[in-house]
Amino acid sequence: MIKIMYPKGKLVTKTGNEIMAEAMRQIEPDVVAAYPITPATEIMQIFSQFVSDGTVKTEYVAVESEHSAMSATIAASAAGARAMTGTSSQGLCLMWEMLYIASGLRLPVVMAEVNRALSAPINIHSDHSDTMGARDSGWIQIYSENSQEAYDNMIQAIRIAELAKLPTLVTTDGFIISHCMEVVEVYPDDDVKEFIGDYKPDRYLLDIKRPYTLGSITLQDYYFEHRYQLAKAMIDAKCIILDVAKSFKKKFGRKYDFYETYMLDDAEIAIIIMGSTSGTVKVVVDELREKGIKAGLLKIRIYRPFPVDQIAKDLAHLKVIAVMDRADSCSGSFAPLYLDIISSFYVSEILNVKIVNYIYGLGGREISTAHIFDIYKTLDKIALGLEKPFKQVEYVNLRKTNE
Amino acid sequence: MKKLIEICWHGRGGQGAKTAAFLFADVVLSIGKYVQAFPEYGPERMGAPVQSFNRLSDYPITLHTSILNPDYIVVLDSSLIKSIVLKGVQKLVKIIVNTSFGIFETAKELNVDPKQVYVVDASRIALDMIGKNIPNMPMLGALVKVIKILDINNVLDSAKEKLVKKFRHKSEVIEGNLASIRCAFNEVKNF
Repeated sequence: MIKIMYPKGKLVTKTGNEIMAEAMRQIEPDVVAAYPITPATEIMQIFSQFVSDGTVKTEYVAVESEHSAMSATIAASAAGARAMTGTSSQGLCLMWEMLYIASGLRLPVVMAEVNRALSAPINIHSDHSDTMGARDSGWIQIYSENSQEAYDNMIQAIRIAELAKLPTLVTTDGFIISHCMEVVEVYPDDDVKEFIGDYKPDRYLLDIKRPYTLGSITLQDYYFEHRYQLAKAMIDAKCIILDVAKSFKKKFGRKYDFYETYMLDDAEIAIIIMGSTSGTVKVVVDELREKGIKAGLLKIRIYRPFPVDQIAKDLAHLKVIAVMDRADSCSGSFAPLYLDIISSFYVSEILNVKIVNYIYGLGGREISTAHIFDIYKTLDKIALGLEKPFKQVEYVNLRKTNE
Repeated sequence: MKKLIEICWHGRGGQGAKTAAFLFADVVLSIGKYVQAFPEYGPERMGAPVQSFNRLSDYPITLHTSILNPDYIVVLDSSLIKSIVLKGVQKLVKIIVNTSFGIFETAKELNVDPKQVYVVDASRIALDMIGKNIPNMPMLGALVKVIKILDINNVLDSAKEKLVKKFRHKSEVIEGNLASIRCAFNEVKNF
């Protein structure tokens, strides 16, 4: 039988989209504004049904674009409301300008984001290009391996955003999780509501007794300080994220951190990865362990703020690491996660671990256990000195000639 | 490797392959197993070949890949037989086909051992009991029989719960669907 972690928890089967909508129903924000986009459409479709059925008291604003969705969400948040939205891919791109406004105004907007490739060419399937594009926008980014994590992350995101005064997005991999039905343990509405608490902003525009200005111009004299405050808030958010994870564990029983390690303590070779493929990697690690190969995994959950001080220390004992990115920054250099990992190693003064970079799964390209076996095989060869670590990005399951 | 049972549903858009896989997932959870259900992601067109998938296990399922080597294949439309690629699929796969033909003819079409093949005329059952050629619910009944791990009465209870939610205003559809599940459960044949 399946064990539940919370005595009052209930097991249900839900897709990633259904569970994100369910989390939003339980959170019951004051305002939601959204515009539909595949594969995130269902989240708002289901949530708007809750609104029309009177299941939630949320004010639902049907807007004409994602730019307006983010604008309306920002406005509601600035007015003092708990505000949420959801989107994917091109939708997130159209929000771009407003993403920076949300973080710059320090508004705790929370977004359900379904990871999907960016055009062109048009593609509706999963990769992390959309949120990687938004990585420097001052939003906290939380990646989910499966529906359970998406649900738990959404609940935690509300508290994280409001304590850190930073907008926060929670992702699932498009279709792979958004449209995959899995077993999820849900908690009673009251318990979720109790965990997130009421939203009590320090300052808000509708507080007529304490009027204040929001979104004013600051030129050479103060802009720099304001941007520094934002950067500082992102650093300070690290403690908040851990505190929220701790109280979540205490309340609901599931443990969360910046990242999850799997068979890593005595590992010699490891993969670092985010999102749904980490589950597939776990299966491969199990099989390799049965053969006596010391393989491990580190799965990133919190990508922004990045745990730069800590992560290399947990990886210092390894011989070879593959960092697997599901986005290509087309930089002539390396992919985003790899660069963050390398920074962590450098500042931690750990320079004896060989680290290589793979890009995989763009536009939903299949990543199977066989591909992951091959990667571990390569890592093993590098560890044994049979192969040299490659000094450029390697692409997994890519046609390199005109096949 | 922790033991998994993997199922692949083949149908045509509109025959309910996705609904069947999702309903099957609910039923599997009701007996306390971990389960996944997911459709093949592509353009949704009425009549086009579509697939959906299930994974079942006593352990948490972390695998998030497509299913290439299923233990069971459910074919909702016999016109798809020729296009189902069995290359790379293990020899022991069990194939349940919606057809009015017998086991030997169907096995020959599939080019497999007749012992692997199960047949049921799910379209006839659907027409008789639901009034429409939507064979997904009878094929669910047939799968329950072949896969053995589920109790048909639990399945019917669980299916009823789901169908009541889906067809609140069309109760006659619910009874027909449930009857078709039981009927195909009883009628599915093998060697």
